[in-house]
Amino acid sequence: MIMLTKNKVDRSQLMAVLWEIQRKKRHIAHDDITKIAKEFDLSRMEVEGVLTFYHFFHRSDCGKYTIYLNNSIISKHNGMGSIQAAFEKEIGVPLGNLSFDKMFGLYETACIGLSDQEPACLINFQPFTNLTPEKVKTIISKLRNGEKPSDFCDKPKSNIQYTPAIDRTVFFKPYKDFSSLAFLKSNKPEDLIELIKKSKLAGRGGAFFPTGLKWQFARQNKADIKYLICNADEGEPGTFKDRVLLQEHPETLIEGMILAAYAVGASEGIVYLRGEYRYLKAAIEKVIASYKKYNFLGNNIAAKEPFNFDIHVHLGAGAYICGEETALIHSIEGKRGEPSTKVVFPVERGYKDKPTVVNNVETLCAVPHILEMGVDKWLSLGTEKTPGTKLLSVSGDCKNKGIYEIEWGMNFREFLKIIGAENPKMIQWSGPSGNALSEADFDRTISGEDLICGGSVMVFDETRDIPTILKHFSDFFVDESCGICVPCRTGNFLLNRKINKMISGVANRKDMIDIKEWSHIIKTTSRCGLGQMSSNSLNDAIEKFPKVFEKFMADESACKKSFSLEKATADYDRIINEITSDYE
Amino acid sequence: MNNLINLTIDGKKIQAEKGKNLVDVAKDNGVDIPTLCYFKSINPTLGTCRICTVKLNGRYTTSCTTHVTEGMDIEVNTPELLDNRKAIIEMLYAEGNHFCPTCEKSGNCEMQSHAYNMGLTVTRYPHAFSEKTIDFAPERMIMESNRCILCKRCVEEIKTKDGKSVFSFIKRGVNTRVQIDYKEERKLSEEEALHAMDICPVGAILIKGIANEKPFGERKYDFLNKNVHTSLNNNKIELKEGEKFVVATTSLAGCFGCHMSLLDIDTDLIDMLEIVEFNKSPLTDIKNFSKQCHVGLIEGGCANDENVHVLKDFREKCDILISFGECAIMGGIPAMRNFVPLQECLEEAYLNGLTSELGADIIPAHEDIPKLLDNVYPCNEVVKIDYYIPGCPPNAQHIWKVVKSILLGEEIPIAHDEFKYD
Repeated sequence: MIMLTKNKVDRSQLMAVLWEIQRKKRHIAHDDITKIAKEFDLSRMEVEGVLTFYHFFHRSDCGKYTIYLNNSIISKHNGMGSIQAAFEKEIGVPLGNLSFDKMFGLYETACIGLSDQEPACLINFQPFTNLTPEKVKTIISKLRNGEKPSDFCDKPKSNIQYTPAIDRTVFFKPYKDFSSLAFLKSNKPEDLIELIKKSKLAGRGGAFFPTGLKWQFARQNKADIKYLICNADEGEPGTFKDRVLLQEHPETLIEGMILAAYAVGASEGIVYLRGEYRYLKAAIEKVIASYKKYNFLGNNIAAKEPFNFDIHVHLGAGAYICGEETALIHSIEGKRGEPSTKVVFPVERGYKDKPTVVNNVETLCAVPHILEMGVDKWLSLGTEKTPGTKLLSVSGDCKNKGIYEIEWGMNFREFLKIIGAENPKMIQWSGPSGNALSEADFDRTISGEDLICGGSVMVFDETRDIPTILKHFSDFFVDESCGICVPCRTGNFLLNRKINKMISGVANRKDMIDIKEWSHIIKTTSRCGLGQMSSNSLNDAIEKFPKVFEKFMADESACKKSFSLEKATADYDRIINEITSDYE
Repeated sequence: MNNLINLTIDGKKIQAEKGKNLVDVAKDNGVDIPTLCYFKSINPTLGTCRICTVKLNGRYTTSCTTHVTEGMDIEVNTPELLDNRKAIIEMLYAEGNHFCPTCEKSGNCEMQSHAYNMGLTVTRYPHAFSEKTIDFAPERMIMESNRCILCKRCVEEIKTKDGKSVFSFIKRGVNTRVQIDYKEERKLSEEEALHAMDICPVGAILIKGIANEKPFGERKYDFLNKNVHTSLNNNKIELKEGEKFVVATTSLAGCFGCHMSLLDIDTDLIDMLEIVEFNKSPLTDIKNFSKQCHVGLIEGGCANDENVHVLKDFREKCDILISFGECAIMGGIPAMRNFVPLQECLEEAYLNGLTSELGADIIPAHEDIPKLLDNVYPCNEVVKIDYYIPGCPPNAQHIWKVVKSILLGEEIPIAHDEFKYD
């Protein structure tokens, strides 16, 4: 249990305390909430509000071994069904339940960042990849024999499939620890900001906000303390590039953070690591410790303007919306991960109301490389608007799943060839909140000028049913909407019903018009990016695959096909049958 | 003052104090931007309901989170933005359980007032039928989640003297609810509790023992008198020489109140009968259609399979089908059972209720007894409905006016009181 000193309640400890209780007791009970509320001087319900926001916190027992099966569309296409059945058979209860001996809890969760090695699951947050029914059987019997998941879990493969020629590679090449930090000795923070501005580095999480500008704003805002947060809440389904960076080159992230902290004047750094990547936490902390040992972290770090900076890791607990920077900040503060209205930006008032910079893992990792190779060399790579290289996570129906480091400016068709996509029908670009691409887009180029991408590339071939894929994305948004604003909360739910109508084959022309109009309403009135982007792929797909949707273009019939009298009276028949049957 | 800045709202040039909230600036200048979550003393503003969405320099944003600065160009009342606002109110109606006639806050409800002002007669969205509860457990309050629109006002505004939250959001997404902390709630003074009820823009937070303090017709929003023009774009029905319009009516899961209202047409009935003849209808007691009808009027929603058969029959035999009254349009009072599983409903009615016999173990079932549906459905979810006449019941003259206009293919203005039904 984390020790809490009396009279000094720091709410940012709340998530860590909840994790600790969840880990030890396998759920957070009524009495625990009362104690936490007392300790943190909050009302009980406020604590309950926080913990029910995150789906890895349970109010009831979730088993000695908690199994989270990934339910992403990629996982389903790779045979999640048979894996689920195997687990259910082994532990004896259906998905979403605790086994009778309270040994296993089987739950589903959204994409866990292992799309290139599906089906996959987390057991007590240790990864198990490329599952087969046989493997499931072995895993369960090992666990029953008392083996610890951490002793025999898989080490997720990095699957780095492609890098440009060695002199044009940025991220995945040998890197000598500490080499970028020499820069600190001879340069002022402003120099670094200027250099990053010159490099045109922009937020690699998908928003592409200029990094140098963000740093400059934060630097200009005077405050007694500033914060630097690394957004490692890689939640967009289909993306896993940050996981690979954290596995392969955590040192570049730490160096990037040290450099960024120097530039903005931040003295506290936080890595917001998504709960799904808990297995990476120890390794990251080890790297932090080694940097501390060499005095690159801690007090009085050697630089032209010596500074204090330290980093710790904050663990998320399952909420996609926490990838949004203001929601992420709320989450670290121990609150519900609801995004703020954009009245003030974090660079002015962020974490604990102090200037805060939130950068993606890939963005921060790029910084030491830019210093190492020199900004001119960096600018010679890629395109005018987007210099350098980009990491793409490729999954789905293609031969070579994994990570691709490509130079911006690559032709899309060439890219499809490299990844071994034989009959691509739909490419989901930049994740479910991105765009659906069809044949018509294959001659475009991957660049800031044309097709920009946050990192997720999901390939679907001819055999896949597009409405089912869209339904899946929609389910994801309905689950992950924070619920605070009306259009996103209810609008996505209503769109989901329209997709249901398509899948059950009863949708008509009116439904297709509604989808378009309602999407526009949701897009223009939602509070944050989630609602603004959630209907993109649905509308893209309808526009780009007219053949798939033409069967829904007939006029509305006089009797609604969506209403089934049989279904509506099924409950009644069942009840009457049960009540009238004589059990003796 | 030197901190005045210039901006335009819908093309009108305006001067305002720099940094003032856009909602207030607009109001000062005679432009009403509707709001639900916006509440003066809460800072930063909540921005949860989104109905104040406007276009600022061509980009969508909410007015309540906008502080005016020099040169802003703001669009408020464009057709698109007006429709966005209406759509969000409709979404709220579809999401919750807003049966105004039974609501303690009716007439003092901000959402209802917006709905009236926007001329909302029916929601374009299907009802969500989400599972929500009414919490009677707090000492002084009742939390009616079915009506809660999650504006977050109470969460931010109501705190105990030692700074703890009384109301909290729990869960997320469509399952988000406001939950009262019982222990903290007991600490509130009478006045603070009343304040909580007052700031709730709908009827979600209620104080036990206080309801409808003011009688109908004397409350805050009773006197709004806006005319709403409704266009009826149907083609005129052609009649042959000597023929009358043929109308059929029926009451499905309703209380027959709408038919009572029909009779209230009173002396106009005589005029009506000049041009209209009734076919299948409780008024004529004709049980089966004897010919194709021009217009069918449906009261009540579908609660059982017989309702569905009758409704489908009407759809087939009537050229134009009109839902009249709340039950037909949105399920109304009978649809309140949608929030209780069917099994519980039946058991309460026939087995466990106070009026059932001791040891009762029979739920009546026979092939002649219609089967109850799992939910009560509004008519438009079962068949295509052409027009809606809201009201509980709709005013008699209003029904006649609308039906007449539909028959004759005329356009009519509808006065606010005519479709305001509480």
